Amino acid sequence: MELALSVILVLMILGALFAIHAKDLLSAVISCSMVGYGLVICFLLLKAPDLAIVQIVVETITLVIMVAVVLDSTRQEPFTKPDPQGYMNIATAIVLTVVLFFFLKAASGSLDYFGRGAMRMARHYIEGAAEKTGSANLVTGVIFDFRGYDTLGEATVLVTAVLGSLTILRIRGKKKEVI
Amino acid sequence: MKGMSIIVKETTRLLAGLIFLYGIYIIIHGHLTPGGGFAGGVVVAGSLILLILAYGSDYMHLTREETGTTITENLALLIALLIALGGMAFGIKVFFSNWLPRGTAGELVSAGVIPLYNIFIGMEVAASILTIFLALLIFKEELTK
Amino acid sequence: MIVYLLCFVLFLTGLYGVITRRNLVKIVISLSIMEFSIFLFLALIGYVDGGTVPIVDPADKGVVTYVDPLPQAMVLTAIVIGLATTAMLMAVIIRIYRKYKTMDIREIKNLRG
Repeated sequence: MELALSVILVLMILGALFAIHAKDLLSAVISCSMVGYGLVICFLLLKAPDLAIVQIVVETITLVIMVAVVLDSTRQEPFTKPDPQGYMNIATAIVLTVVLFFFLKAASGSLDYFGRGAMRMARHYIEGAAEKTGSANLVTGVIFDFRGYDTLGEATVLVTAVLGSLTILRIRGKKKEVI
Repeated sequence: MKGMSIIVKETTRLLAGLIFLYGIYIIIHGHLTPGGGFAGGVVVAGSLILLILAYGSDYMHLTREETGTTITENLALLIALLIALGGMAFGIKVFFSNWLPRGTAGELVSAGVIPLYNIFIGMEVAASILTIFLALLIFKEELTK
Repeated sequence: MIVYLLCFVLFLTGLYGVITRRNLVKIVISLSIMEFSIFLFLALIGYVDGGTVPIVDPADKGVVTYVDPLPQAMVLTAIVIGLATTAMLMAVIIRIYRKYKTMDIREIKNLRG
């Protein structure tokens, strides 16, 4: 189980590294989608079919939107040789990531071993859930019954994002009033 | 925007209705099988996006503004809020309580308010994604005119 | 525990991409990679050895161990929100490209106004 997940994660990391350094923007977008589809396999291995369904369709829609934007504009990164300030940027970024990696490794010492979680809170949710909510799907019961406010907040964020993108893509200006 | 080649058009003609029906199945059976409102909503939106991409916007006679989808999205969210407010009148008198009878787990008509939530949140998610896609499409078309 | 470390490496790869790249589409791609790593980390926390899919089957009796459903509920809404924000960022990129004809953040910064 850990072996299969590790192999897929290594492939995802390689895809992410290629997506960042690719010279052609279309290849970079397709590599980013490879990371997304690898995530679907990870979700299926972790026994989460709800997440797999959502992630595979969302990844396809994201790919369609990104390809539409990339094909409509320049397809290359027009700069290939970083100037001295670019080298300083890369060096600072590498130092920062190495330092952060050691901090995260130390912080992960307080997590339980992989697969042996204590489930301290979930025990109270699972115990009588099928009788208390009446639904056989525990994740849907948690989303809509025990934690309904979070779903309300998510719907609000969706409406706000749609409102924002409608405002950005507006062409017809306001009518000028002639006084 | 022009459509795609004839192979894509024939395949889409066979598949788009089935994908739409599959999305509605995922929404309605959200409390019995994996899925629910969000998963079914994006699948429904995906089937409509497939139809628009394969046949082109000229053939589909899309209107030049997105009023239909925005009205659907906001109306679905409003009805979901009204159902949640109904919890303050019936059952345990708190906001967001589960006030319809629960039944036995495993049947289609069970789990109180949850199937209604699934349907309306599914409609809202599908309309949101379709609105974003239509806004991008209309922007591209107005600019190439 | 090595699965957690690989997940952090994916997150840091995305962070490196956000800091060093100059093209706007590359920055959005790196942001998307960071989001994927967070979804994976949340789903990894909730895994239990020998647990099954969290759907109650009323036919079988006895004690069944389920995988933790709480992190899955958190990730489910986060995925759809990630789609909406990525689409909105793409709309901003289209607008910037129409106005300035370039996608390089240094030139856009110099053109201020």
